[in-house]
Amino acid sequence: MINKSNIGEVTIEEKGFKLTIKQKEEPVQNVIAAPVHTPMMTAMPQVAAAQPAAQATAPAADKKAADAVPDNFITIKSPMIGTFYRSSAPGKPAFVEIGDDVTPGKAVCIIEAMKLFNEIESEVKGRIVKVLVEDASPVEYDQPLFLVEPA
Amino acid sequence: MNTCLHIGLGFPFSNLLIFTFSNLNSMFKKILIANRGEIALRVIRTCKEMGIKTVAVYSTADKDSLHVRFADEAVCIGKAASSDSYLNIPHIMAAAEITNADGIHPGYGFLAENARFAEICGEHNIKFIGPTPDQIRSMGDKITAKETMIKAGVPVVPGGEGLLESLEEAVSLAREVGYPVILKATAGGGGKGMRVVWSEEEMEKNYNTAKAEAGTSFKNDGIYMEKFVEEPRHIEIQVAGDRYGKVCHLSERDCSIQRRHQKLVEESPSPFMTPELRQRMGDAAIKAASAIGYESVGTIEFLVDKHRNFYFMEMNTRIQVEHCVTEEVTNFDLIKEQIKIAQGEAISGLNYEPQMHAIECRINAEDPYNDFRPSPGKITTLHQPGGHGIRIDSHVYAGYVIPPYYDSMIAKIIAVARTREEAINTMSRALSEYVIEGVKTTIPFHQQLMKNEDFIKGNFNTKFLETFKMV
Repeated sequence: MINKSNIGEVTIEEKGFKLTIKQKEEPVQNVIAAPVHTPMMTAMPQVAAAQPAAQATAPAADKKAADAVPDNFITIKSPMIGTFYRSSAPGKPAFVEIGDDVTPGKAVCIIEAMKLFNEIESEVKGRIVKVLVEDASPVEYDQPLFLVEPA
Repeated sequence: MNTCLHIGLGFPFSNLLIFTFSNLNSMFKKILIANRGEIALRVIRTCKEMGIKTVAVYSTADKDSLHVRFADEAVCIGKAASSDSYLNIPHIMAAAEITNADGIHPGYGFLAENARFAEICGEHNIKFIGPTPDQIRSMGDKITAKETMIKAGVPVVPGGEGLLESLEEAVSLAREVGYPVILKATAGGGGKGMRVVWSEEEMEKNYNTAKAEAGTSFKNDGIYMEKFVEEPRHIEIQVAGDRYGKVCHLSERDCSIQRRHQKLVEESPSPFMTPELRQRMGDAAIKAASAIGYESVGTIEFLVDKHRNFYFMEMNTRIQVEHCVTEEVTNFDLIKEQIKIAQGEAISGLNYEPQMHAIECRINAEDPYNDFRPSPGKITTLHQPGGHGIRIDSHVYAGYVIPPYYDSMIAKIIAVARTREEAINTMSRALSEYVIEGVKTTIPFHQQLMKNEDFIKGNFNTKFLETFKMV
């Protein structure tokens, strides 16, 4: 729902948690029609309530992320073309969430092409700061998938 | 959507064909173009006219390419090297899958004549816009192709049946075939392992050096012999076949102006053609395509000697770079015909002759003053000519950076007129206004060629450029 609207950013504050949803910017040239399937997970996996820790420790950094990516942040890019999935199967938890640590070799997502599921491994060490692609959407070669703050 | 290739005399052949309404469900909704540069743009243009959605695929080096911007969707399929991108079958198939393309147009080069790729498309229920894998295979192997042509009664270059086993065999075969003969490396190309032998006295020396050269160049010293066609012209016939067994031809293109076996200029009609020769060559081309039940557009290449004997050289089972020349003289959109054939439409079965005269000059990013050395880089200024009788098919624009990873052709300029003389005149005029700065191009070469006396007289063969000097 959020994706179809033109909302850039929404912040909701309630007792106990603060929710910030940021729309990723899609470059116009590379619009790819999303395949028609039922999404494997609930609509907004990347904004699960367990965000406050990340927000409390570095609210300034998160706010800045919306405006400009710090130079040292690394982007994990897609090594292949296919459909991006956050978890290994419908209902299973995502490989990584914002705030999780990754090390080289740790699976971060699956990219499926022609019925073959490929686990994509991180090549860097750091912390996931942002998930750049919606679950179950098509990705192309070199497409940025995750933003990582290097350790 | 009716028949393709019906002659523009105002006859409504479309109403006569029973196949007209049967193919609504095989019409393409979305075509992925597995190519780049000017041909990708070419296919996208026709798809747009036909109401078919397009998917461009591109390497990281082609991010700013025009075909990416003109297509409805674009998918990056890999790194700059062709093997990582435009030749990468899994990546291309994945791109077709995520975009739900129902057809793939392979263009020319890259995977256009890769039978395995055509097969894989079929296995994935994506229509490969071209012939069947078997048809590609049968013409891809030169020895099989030649055998098929002999059986079909198409004249081939006389020669031996296989590799030469010994010098003695070479001598006796040459006596049969008649001097001059040419020894060629079976694994060869680019002129290596090739020797012309004019008489029996020269055979031993040439046999040995040809074998030695083949061995060092290709690790395979197998050589075979053919009659050497003297002062050959390269004249090819455009054909089209539908899936119902009909084949037709759209006359010839003369592509004799070549440098190191690369075509630089093509024209139709050939200045060497006669109505009688066109009839014979056209019939032979139809026989050749029919022999394999060819479906799609294709080209039969012939060598024509000074006596107007012609010999089958090879068949190109794809759309060619110079297809535009035929389009301009017969007034058909060959990409559209190709797509319609792939959609299961029937052709009229009529043959078509040139109604105008067209000449195409290939503009490459090469320096004609320095042995045609490639000149990639940024185009700083671009002004394309226009006016009556000029067509330009090009993917470049001012500010575009020509990548070093692919071939050097940046534009095709085609001049069309009622006579050859007028076409040359129009081409000369247009070339004089064609401005491309920032890289070297072959525009000066074409300007000099258009003023060359022998070229103007139509007096040339494939050896022409060997003695042509830039002024």
